Amino acid sequence: MSTKVQSAFISEEQLKRNFAEVKAGMRPKEAIEESNRCLYCYDAPCIKACPTGINIPSFIKKIASDNMLGSARAIMDANPVGATCSRVCPTEELCEGACVLNHSSKPIMIGDLQRYATDWAIRNEQVLFAAGRSNGMTAAIIGGGPAGLSAARELARFGFAVTIFEAKEQAGGLDTYGIVSFRLPQSISLWEAEQVKQLGVDIRTNTKVGVDISAEQLMDQFDAVVLAIGMSKVPMLGIEGESLKGVYDAIDFVEATKTGLSAKFAGKKVAVIGAGNTAIDAATCSVRLGADDVKIVYRRTSAEMTAYDFEFEFAKQDGVAFKWLTAPTRIVAGQNGEVKALECVEMRLEADESDGRARPVPVEGSAFLMEVDVVIKAIGQTRHLPLIGQLGLAHKRGVVTVDPETYQTSNPRVYAAGDVIVGEGQQGEAMVVSAAQQGKLAAYSIYNSLCARRERYG
Amino acid sequence: MADLSINLAGIKSPNPFWLASAPPTNTGYQVQRAFEAGWGGAVWKTLGDPIINTSSRFAAVHFNGQRVAGFNNIELITDRPLEVNLKEIYETKKRFPNHALVVSLMVEPKREKWHEIVKKVEAIGVDGLELNFGCPHGMAERGMGSASGQQPDLVEAQTMWAKEAAQTPVIVKLTPNITDITATAKAAARGGADAISLINTINSLAGVDIDTWNTIPHVAGKGAHGGYCGPAVKPIALNMVAECARNPQVGIPISGIGGVSNWRDAVEFLLMGATGVQVCTAAMHHGFSIVEDMIDGLNNYLDGKGLASVTELIGKSVQRFSDWGDLDLNYAVVARIEKDNCIVCNKCHIACEDASHQCIERHTDENGVAYLKVREEDCVGCNLCSIVCPVEDAITMVEVPSSEMPMSWNQRQKAISALGGSKDDAGGSNKKEAV
Repeated sequence: MSTKVQSAFISEEQLKRNFAEVKAGMRPKEAIEESNRCLYCYDAPCIKACPTGINIPSFIKKIASDNMLGSARAIMDANPVGATCSRVCPTEELCEGACVLNHSSKPIMIGDLQRYATDWAIRNEQVLFAAGRSNGMTAAIIGGGPAGLSAARELARFGFAVTIFEAKEQAGGLDTYGIVSFRLPQSISLWEAEQVKQLGVDIRTNTKVGVDISAEQLMDQFDAVVLAIGMSKVPMLGIEGESLKGVYDAIDFVEATKTGLSAKFAGKKVAVIGAGNTAIDAATCSVRLGADDVKIVYRRTSAEMTAYDFEFEFAKQDGVAFKWLTAPTRIVAGQNGEVKALECVEMRLEADESDGRARPVPVEGSAFLMEVDVVIKAIGQTRHLPLIGQLGLAHKRGVVTVDPETYQTSNPRVYAAGDVIVGEGQQGEAMVVSAAQQGKLAAYSIYNSLCARRERYG
Repeated sequence: MADLSINLAGIKSPNPFWLASAPPTNTGYQVQRAFEAGWGGAVWKTLGDPIINTSSRFAAVHFNGQRVAGFNNIELITDRPLEVNLKEIYETKKRFPNHALVVSLMVEPKREKWHEIVKKVEAIGVDGLELNFGCPHGMAERGMGSASGQQPDLVEAQTMWAKEAAQTPVIVKLTPNITDITATAKAAARGGADAISLINTINSLAGVDIDTWNTIPHVAGKGAHGGYCGPAVKPIALNMVAECARNPQVGIPISGIGGVSNWRDAVEFLLMGATGVQVCTAAMHHGFSIVEDMIDGLNNYLDGKGLASVTELIGKSVQRFSDWGDLDLNYAVVARIEKDNCIVCNKCHIACEDASHQCIERHTDENGVAYLKVREEDCVGCNLCSIVCPVEDAITMVEVPSSEMPMSWNQRQKAISALGGSKDDAGGSNKKEAV
């Protein structure tokens, strides 16, 4: 057990500093040097590596020529959440990983340049796009996250009257509520939502479909519907003690840090269960809230964890400890119903013939107690099954089935995009940038199906 | 969205960005690709004969890791028969009726030769002609290109011959390989040219290979001077454009050429009196798609300035380009160093110490932190420190009030002469060129 003296106090100022954006934006000289280093490749691989197909050499050339408005527009044209993506995209796996300069020097810092251009647009209060002339059609978007905003923006540019139904107080979805502030300040995501709103999109916040308006009403009132509801809460661990005071859902926990910072974690010992990117977020947020000791508890090893390498590195630098091959079996209560300890068991990996992924099995007699004050669950997310049911859509365990080309669901008037269609072997990896692209493509399909047909037949 | 269209001496173009007569405008395939990419016009690579060339033609000057600061070529005019070019020009114009398609011409300095080529080319339908009096190599040996472009009387005569036959506007392309560009510009105007375009390339040798001792480029171990262009020549071109623009005896529209690489360069040429610009090296370096940012950047710039048309830029800075003798000798600026932005590289200090007036002092504050300070009373306002300074907003040149009335050299000499000063002194002041 750690015998280090615990500090149970953290000042408000310190909290603010801890949650301020970690990475500074490029300075003008850096941006000029870096943008002039870009080769302006023809048929550039970075464009192909970007899920939204941003014309990267073009926006970089525009920074070099001091056409900042044009640069920001080139980015946001292809990606309606391009300011967010400049901060959260795993660029070394996407655009920067594809940069041809990897073979001869160092890749261009595409993400940082993208942030430089979009920051300029934010700072200069630019409105980048205009709505199309009304085509008399209406579209409802359920969920105002990246996929929903992206679909809404494109539909508005096509001339649709678009309404977004957003359950939360503000639009932006995970970008507003789920990505830690020190990576993505809320203001960035809200600016992107504002850009969409400025096209005349009606964003109805605090409005939950299925509660405030029924799925049926929606289907009656709108020509097309885009389902972009993302995912729901973290599932239950299925162990004793999950309802104790001090047990948190990682999504709710991160959201709380986006809307206000509390000092109640100061000096606490925290165990985060799971090793995906959300687990890393929960762990690093805990550190920044002043927790004294933060551990990630994972039943497999670093080789199997789903967090990005740069996230793993980031957590280690924040002082997060990793307990590999460890599975929780019980949350132990203290005298007042608070969390006192986490009972765990050691695991070992066994080759699994069926899906190839090593299967963790408990090591007999290895149970031990980990003294903790807080347990944060980050073992994935459940699905919004009730709403999917109300809409009557085909799905596989809550992952809505879509035509991979058109994003049309089993109901031809309902399209789906974003995390709600990712999983169960569909659509690859869940990323903000893919959600944005799916939203865009769903909008194009709606346009093609409703407007192109009308144009064809008058 | 501003109106980007221009009208250069009757040649209309949807935007001011043309491809110059050069390798990118050699064929219909290329020019059509360029128009698809957004170029507003193109000057077809010079027609003429005979068809000869060298292998190994281009060379570039790279500067500290940036490629193609300057570009050098020894390529000649078109490498295809006239009939083939005419056919493709016809097809291109048919496909792109609203783009400016100008054809560059070069023939022997004979009246009938000019009549013949002008008639042949105009018969297929073009928007204008550009007379190539500038090519500095290959053709000059046969009395064409810059060989004729360096003699004002030949420029005038040939322009006249072309104009005798021409129905479309005639642009005369000038060589910079001459002491005073306005001499040939005026000759072109006297010959009836509708416009001039400048500059053509500057005589150059791109380099010498220090291992093999060959010239760069070389043809079987031998080299010859080529023509220099690209970003490095822009200041030379801009000066020549400005000199022509402010000379009332030139007085015809200008198509600006020389190192235009982006929309900003184009704006500078327009402000200095060009109606449009021609581009070559940048397109050779990056492909035709660069015009997209040229158009977009220019549009955003005009919107930002609240200008409805690009033509509102033309010549706006010409009146500010004057003679040295008209500059106010009592105007003064001094350098100021913003400590917060200074990174203390000391480059300004050593530049001033070794190459200017020894007025940037090095100090250390009470915390032991080094900083630099200008001794303003000794600063002559040369700008050198702000030029070598590698960071933004660290050194600014600030105007300081003068106790004297504004006074230029010419005004000073006039005043002295009015007071009965030396006549020799006064006489040398502002002798405008004798015409």
